[in-house]
Amino acid sequence: MTADRTTAGRSRITGLRRKKRYQEYRNLTTRRQLLLQALCLFVALTVLFPIIWVVSLSLDPRGLASADGLNLFPPGANFDNYFEVIERPTSNPVTFWQLAFNSLLLAVGAMVFSVALGVSAAYAFSRLSFRGRNVLMLGILAVLMLPAVAAIAPLFLSLNAVRVGDFNLRQSLVGVGLAVTSGLLPFAIWNLKGYLDTIPKELEEAASVDGATRNQAFRHVILPLAIPALAVTGFLGFVTGWTEFYFSSTFLGEKPGDWTLAVALNSMVGQFATTTPWAKFSAFAVLFALPVSLVYLALQKYIVSGLAIGGVKG
Amino acid sequence: MSAASADASLGRPKGTRLPRDARTAYLYIAPALLVMAIITFYPLLFQVYISFTDFEFRNLLPNNPANFVGAENYLRIAQDRLNIPNFAFMRMLAFNLWWAASNVVIHVIIGVGVALLLNQPGLRFRRFWRALYILPVVIPPIIVATVWRNMFDTRDGVINQALIGLGGLARIPAEAFEIDWLRAPQDILPLMPLAFFALLIANTWLGWPLNAVVATGALQSIPKELYEAAEMDGAGAWQRFRNVTLVFLRPAMLPYAIYGFVITFNLFYLSFFMTAGGPFGKTELLVTQAFRLASQQRLYGVAAAFAVFMFFILLAITLLVNRAAKATASYDR
Repeated sequence: MTADRTTAGRSRITGLRRKKRYQEYRNLTTRRQLLLQALCLFVALTVLFPIIWVVSLSLDPRGLASADGLNLFPPGANFDNYFEVIERPTSNPVTFWQLAFNSLLLAVGAMVFSVALGVSAAYAFSRLSFRGRNVLMLGILAVLMLPAVAAIAPLFLSLNAVRVGDFNLRQSLVGVGLAVTSGLLPFAIWNLKGYLDTIPKELEEAASVDGATRNQAFRHVILPLAIPALAVTGFLGFVTGWTEFYFSSTFLGEKPGDWTLAVALNSMVGQFATTTPWAKFSAFAVLFALPVSLVYLALQKYIVSGLAIGGVKG
Repeated sequence: MSAASADASLGRPKGTRLPRDARTAYLYIAPALLVMAIITFYPLLFQVYISFTDFEFRNLLPNNPANFVGAENYLRIAQDRLNIPNFAFMRMLAFNLWWAASNVVIHVIIGVGVALLLNQPGLRFRRFWRALYILPVVIPPIIVATVWRNMFDTRDGVINQALIGLGGLARIPAEAFEIDWLRAPQDILPLMPLAFFALLIANTWLGWPLNAVVATGALQSIPKELYEAAEMDGAGAWQRFRNVTLVFLRPAMLPYAIYGFVITFNLFYLSFFMTAGGPFGKTELLVTQAFRLASQQRLYGVAAAFAVFMFFILLAITLLVNRAAKATASYDR
């Protein structure tokens, strides 16, 4: 709207026209404002509806076998479903915390590995020239094109071949973590390289004039500047590990103590679940989603702009 | 995006004392490369190898090596000769392409529509609405899928409950709304059983907000003067939209639509958790089938061949859409 002031010197007629339009912009008629607000509210309701529904279902104390009509405010709402699901989410004797701990291990492992290894490789791709650079970049792009689940057969067989005594790498969280990192690391390299490319080279050159070595420039100039990208890439890695389903549901053994949250969720609502305890499911879903959703919401500004450029491997 | 152009833009700074020699580069890249060589690139090569064998569950036992079968796995997939119920490769591919295309068109239209709504000058609470509309993006897809699975449940789902409530006002008996959204076997339209529409609704909820974010960014980059100039030239509202708004939206939306197409093409969770590929495999996608072949049928050789097919299909899609995007990007600034 500041265009008004800058064009003040132009012809009087245009100026008047502008002024008139300016006022139109500022003062929507009340009717039009209400109409637009009603539209916005309608869109908001469609967005909120599933969220409100699952939360109200999780608070419903009646543990109904089937719904008794549309009831967004269940009478006597309380947190009993949450207590129940924390104590024993599936029919197996494992608590929610055990499952969450396994998911957390997977998430932290995937995050730390992909970012720590990814950032130095991304730096080499962004700043240095070396033989084989283009071939490697193409290789990484090709891997990124393929969804993670497409590598499930060879990963299963390779990890299954690593056995020490009773220990089978494939059936362990470490094995699942390696399978997750397999797709996550190329994504992290690509994502971080894209960000490092936007950091001006002059900053390192200035540091080198002051006598910094390549390593010092990387550690003291590039890494601090790359913190937002490191945080976002790390967080996306964390979410990938936290919600990982393909590998953990296929690789992990029969021992429910090894399961992750996603595997337990599948046993509740998956293809082979006969009857689903929806009240418990909804409490479980809220507990599962809430921590990562809140962090996502906080980091949203950075992630969304990155998403619009790059992409997440899932 | 190509590696070559990134290289050229880098250039070689003159007079810098930072070592740019290959040895430094290899030191930086070695840890990641070593790990990727073992857990990323080796499995993918191994994938090609096992795709030519009949490796399956029984071959996991010791001293039971798989046999080399040549291109048999590829032929069995292409000719639907797998002993898996409802496996029809070409139908699945056609459905998958249609699924991605139909979703992206809807996402872009709603995304642009909401962005235009929020961009109305003088609209109040704009930031509040914008913040609220981002919510579907921040929820993990596995939760989104299972919650929509619950909502479309025939007996317990809120969708049918709401329809019963609404129908009750018009005195329609509740039995009319025992809709089996996810399993009703008939096709409403070719390739599209009711489950397709349930998936479409869920994915529309999930997909449009990011499109709205991208469209909002593009709309905000349009200089106001252009609209005024167009108006002075006597352009009506529709002409202003077509000749100003769309021209600016297009270069921003097109790359994002391509990205959305690939993401939707490979969207695992909705199909897997809502319909489990049903009814009769009609909503199976390539990704969910790839998962089933390895995880449930345990036909590792076939699964590997299937993944190789997927690689070439995705490569073809990537090349084709990039080319189409370039050919139609005449408005590019």
